[in-house]
Amino acid sequence: MTSQSLTPPVLELRNLVVEFVTRHGTLRALDGISLSIAPGEVLGVVGESGAGKSLTGAAVIGLLEPPGRIASGEVLLAGQRIDHLPMEDLRHIRGKRIGTIFQDPLTSLDPLYRVGEQLIETIRTHLPVSEQEARARAIALLAEVGIPASEKRIDGYPHEFSGGMRQRVVIALALAAEPELIIADEPTTALDVSVQAQIIAVLKKLCRERGTAVMLITHDMGVIAETADRVAVMYAGRVIEIGPVRDVVKSPKHPYAKGLMGSIPALDERPERLLQIEGAMPRLTAIPQGCAFHPRCPHVMPRCHEARPVLEAVGAGQVACFLHEVGQ
Amino acid sequence: MLAFIIRRILQSCMVLLTVALLAFTMFRFVGDPVAQIVSLDTPAEEVRKVRESLGLDDPVIVQMGRYLYKAVQLDFGISYQFRQPVIELLAERAPATLELALISSLLSLAIGIPMGVYTALRRDSVFARVFQSISLVGVSLPTFLIGILLIYLFAVTLGWLPSFGRGQVVTVSGRWSTGLLTASGLKALILPSITLGLYQMTLIMRLVRAEMLEVLRSDHIKFARARGLTTRAIHFRHALKSTLVPVITIAGLQLGSIIAFAVITETVFQWPGMGALFLKAVQNVDIPIMAAYLMIISALFVTINMVVDLLYAFVDPRLRATIKG
Repeated sequence: MTSQSLTPPVLELRNLVVEFVTRHGTLRALDGISLSIAPGEVLGVVGESGAGKSLTGAAVIGLLEPPGRIASGEVLLAGQRIDHLPMEDLRHIRGKRIGTIFQDPLTSLDPLYRVGEQLIETIRTHLPVSEQEARARAIALLAEVGIPASEKRIDGYPHEFSGGMRQRVVIALALAAEPELIIADEPTTALDVSVQAQIIAVLKKLCRERGTAVMLITHDMGVIAETADRVAVMYAGRVIEIGPVRDVVKSPKHPYAKGLMGSIPALDERPERLLQIEGAMPRLTAIPQGCAFHPRCPHVMPRCHEARPVLEAVGAGQVACFLHEVGQ
Repeated sequence: MLAFIIRRILQSCMVLLTVALLAFTMFRFVGDPVAQIVSLDTPAEEVRKVRESLGLDDPVIVQMGRYLYKAVQLDFGISYQFRQPVIELLAERAPATLELALISSLLSLAIGIPMGVYTALRRDSVFARVFQSISLVGVSLPTFLIGILLIYLFAVTLGWLPSFGRGQVVTVSGRWSTGLLTASGLKALILPSITLGLYQMTLIMRLVRAEMLEVLRSDHIKFARARGLTTRAIHFRHALKSTLVPVITIAGLQLGSIIAFAVITETVFQWPGMGALFLKAVQNVDIPIMAAYLMIISALFVTINMVVDLLYAFVDPRLRATIKG
């Protein structure tokens, strides 16, 4: 990653704010997200449900569901702003330059079309190839994601595939046009534990071969520890810590990240109880002043009630917490 | 697949048998048919003879067996009022009803589906709101009122279209009298088919709209968007096909009810179809016609149901798999 200074990051979010305008006022679901992903890098995005992980992914590919909208901030793909592009231009980016994998492979595919038809239509939407070329490419892709007898299975319907196999098809679809970035939104959550590792391995292998960067959204810390290069921890619509996976998993700085990592059971030691964080994440309608985590924080200080900490460099990563301010 | 079809045919036969039994019991409970046939001053001896010749003094079970046996051969007896075989009467009038029903269903599908798709895709446009309001009227206004209003407007006030009858009909292949080949026949079809089809059309429109909105929210459409497919491919290749799967069932069943409920429209427009014949039969307690009509309509329903199931399997590969298994 020495070339990082020369080539722009594949994806960069600058102070991204996503709001939902409702009858009861404007809800701020993402509040100033800044992060970047280098070419070929795997960035894990973790956090509780509702922290804004999936929303970040949706905002990047321009598929926020109304009334959600990007209120301010920038999304840059390979150095170019894409958040202000017209719908049609953004569509050309989706699938072509940014592939997406959703949580539930059982419902991601259209049940009424053959797997091959869906692959071919995706390939032909983005690449100027003939039907035959697209079909050959689809068969090759299916073989690559580990579907045996792919030249036969290409004519199967989604319901004829198991959950794991279907997620492989989804990965093939996401990779169909050789994108620079894959947004994988909980790609293994809906799968059997035994299949999860296989799917992650396939995804990791194919992206490494192609140099595709991955934004891996999950709440499975095991997957993160194994797959990601860097991790961003999200809480209540904000990134509270971001850094190399080793640092964040082994020695998290932010009290929330500490709690999150402490809740992973380790096999070699047997703690009496798993650590847990008291309380629950605030609702969007009631995000507290100052640091959003302060009501649950064991190290809360008076200023946490008033001022909001920003991400600041700590070691190899960045943390948004007054405990780690320079000089503390 | 074959096993499925055979199973469905057997089920259909059971349904038809039940309907036939019900139809037969009508004969037992709606007065004495002999009293209908003979006049008041017929001697008792004559009455007894008529009764005997009609087999009405046999045990019920024998009569029922005989009735079923004949019904299978499409012999539904003689109409009390017309003194003609019931099947001939019905066959004579079937083309009128079937043409009317077919045109109204085609009309309701051809207009209802595009309107439903439009209102789902352009939910907030002015047209969508107008369509929605019109559909409310269509769903809630009774058929006879629509018919009378249409007659008043287009036949009486404007004088553009005929207010009753089938116009000029042509007989094709010996027995089918069609109004589809002459200008006056087609003109005569317009008002009745709108009257009969309006309810179905609005129903289909509302159904397609609701179903399409549901499908547009589903995961595979979300994923199709994420794959960067064109809006057209997403809406018409993926969303519309998913939408039409449940619509097929309703549309199929509606065809059945269009045929069955043509009774009112046929009466309003003096349409010489089976429905009008049935209504006359009810007025005159002409039980053979009523019973035959009941059975023919239920046979139609059962057949349509089966076709719908097969169509369903044709569209949805998942069901094809269940049927095979």
